[in-house]
Amino acid sequence: MGEPVIDLTDVTKVYPTGDVSLRALDGVTLRVGEGEFVAIMGSSGSGKSTLMNIVGCLDRPTGGTYILAGRRVSGMSRAELARVRNRVVGFVFQQFNLLSRTSALENVELPLEYAGVAGRARRKRATDALQRVGLGQRLHHHPNQLSGGQQQRVAIARAIVNDPKVILADEPTGALDSRTSVDVMAIFQGLWRTGITVVLVTHEPDIAEFASRVVTMKDGRLLSDVRQEPRAAAPAAGEPSS
Amino acid sequence: MNPLNSFRVALRAILRNKLRSFLTTLGIVIGVGAVIAMMAIGAGAKAQVEQAFAAMGTNVLIVLPGSTSAGGVRGGFGSMATLTWDDLDAIRTEVATVKRAAPSLRASLPVVSEDQNWTTSVTGTSPEYFDIRTWPIALGTAFTQSDVDGGAKVIVLGQTVVDKLYGPNANPVGQTVRVGSTPFQVVGVVAKKGQSATGQDYDDAAFIPFSTFAQKVQGGLGKFLQGQVMVEATGADTTTRAQQDITALLRDRHHLARGADDDFSIRNLSEIADARQQGTQTMTLLLASVAAVSLLVGGIGIMNIMLVSVTERTREIGIRMAVGAEPHHILTQFLIEALALSLAGGLIGVAGGIGAATWLANRFQWPVLLQPDVIGVSVGFSALVGVAFGIYPARKASRLDPIEALRFE
Repeated sequence: MGEPVIDLTDVTKVYPTGDVSLRALDGVTLRVGEGEFVAIMGSSGSGKSTLMNIVGCLDRPTGGTYILAGRRVSGMSRAELARVRNRVVGFVFQQFNLLSRTSALENVELPLEYAGVAGRARRKRATDALQRVGLGQRLHHHPNQLSGGQQQRVAIARAIVNDPKVILADEPTGALDSRTSVDVMAIFQGLWRTGITVVLVTHEPDIAEFASRVVTMKDGRLLSDVRQEPRAAAPAAGEPSS
Repeated sequence: MNPLNSFRVALRAILRNKLRSFLTTLGIVIGVGAVIAMMAIGAGAKAQVEQAFAAMGTNVLIVLPGSTSAGGVRGGFGSMATLTWDDLDAIRTEVATVKRAAPSLRASLPVVSEDQNWTTSVTGTSPEYFDIRTWPIALGTAFTQSDVDGGAKVIVLGQTVVDKLYGPNANPVGQTVRVGSTPFQVVGVVAKKGQSATGQDYDDAAFIPFSTFAQKVQGGLGKFLQGQVMVEATGADTTTRAQQDITALLRDRHHLARGADDDFSIRNLSEIADARQQGTQTMTLLLASVAAVSLLVGGIGIMNIMLVSVTERTREIGIRMAVGAEPHHILTQFLIEALALSLAGGLIGVAGGIGAATWLANRFQWPVLLQPDVIGVSVGFSALVGVAFGIYPARKASRLDPIEALRFE
């Protein structure tokens, strides 16, 4: 384990709901080193998605400190957080969250647009990212012309296109069948092997098996933190039919 | 994200709902179209009035003699000769603000050529008359001061008279016509001037030296000037001053006591023109306010649709924020979309307005004048409306919480 990329200390998240406030995170302290592949597990309502949103700078903690890649993220402005989301992390969602009626290539170009990368360089980087996830032949397809697995790979290409330090995935296989899930996990493992830190949230134990470290949560707290030998996902050969 | 890209994204969003976008811009289209068409018509009417008054001559004052009063019946201005030839000379020489002055003695008389005759307005005057009325000679020459001094029987014809006596495009210079029983030699033809503001044909006229007129028509050149005096002031700014000066001069010459009515009257044509102008200005202002209301309504329409658009695309906004769009990126995107909508409306409105103005010009022979600056201002104003009414929805979009936006279904 190298330098901690994600450094959470006593992070809390409280939602004010009427008289009783809901403590979604109740003092979480977690350090993830560079090059780790962490699976966060837990039942629904355990706070794992809330934690993921805070780690991904989509949400801000109520208390505690969060240092991401050496920068103190808690207390940043909305614009600064946006820049962090753009350059430091790449987020993959359960529901893919691609722009509809927009080609795969343009979806992948989106983070580069906001990073100020223009013209031919942007097109090339987006094409490269799609080739890395095995979608080099589907550049101009729209999301509704792609299968679930293919859409999720477009989303992964979008997450990696700006060379982030960390890939965050919230239930990335939640909307996919088991065969496609393994293909997607193979991509994550491939990225991890190139040195990118991967953190994913899942409630499926067999998905967590592909990670090198499993963190379990319950009621907004860390329950266990186990390092393991990851199970190798069958590498996706070319372009699977899914 | 460069502006060109934002514009492309905006355009795509607009084209995704073609009918809705078109209906949204309709308010702006109508507003801008109305402004362009109405201003074109207003400017055309104004130009026509200006032209009509310019045809009378610029900076022109007309001095009319006073009225008769017999047995309580007052005859109106011009019914009695109160102006003398000496008055005319005094106006010409003693008033500094007067550039030129000429008598205008008028009668309706038959003018007879060899085989045709035409009754027209014959004016006895001096050569300055053509300068005062800025009325160039098209063929031949005007009569001269020596013609006036010698009571020469020479005549200058108007274009309509030439048409009636000799046919269109004829050159009558050198021919002889009779006015009453007196033969006159045609020395010139004045250029075509067209109609007055009241529809009177300026070209239906003939001009002879006033001395000849007095002798042959009025039975001799007496002390009194049996007509009116046309005066040209030295400039547009001195016209009113000249009117005051002439009034003072004539009151003095006529020995009018303080408080007594003038026994003459002075008409200031530029004052009449100004009054007409003010009429058109009021009309223009009225139309402009109608257009402003239309643009306001159009702007509200754009705001409404932009709010709907922001709600509909909450998820898209969430996705964009998740991959790194900063609030100002989202703000710009929606502002540009509102701007593109209103600008498109403005441009369609310009096209429609020009079309309507052209159609009116052709269909009803209205004088229409398209002004580039009005077009520029309308397009600019429609863009302004887009930004002004787009800013609230755009701010709303830019302040969305990424998590909430992503959860939005």
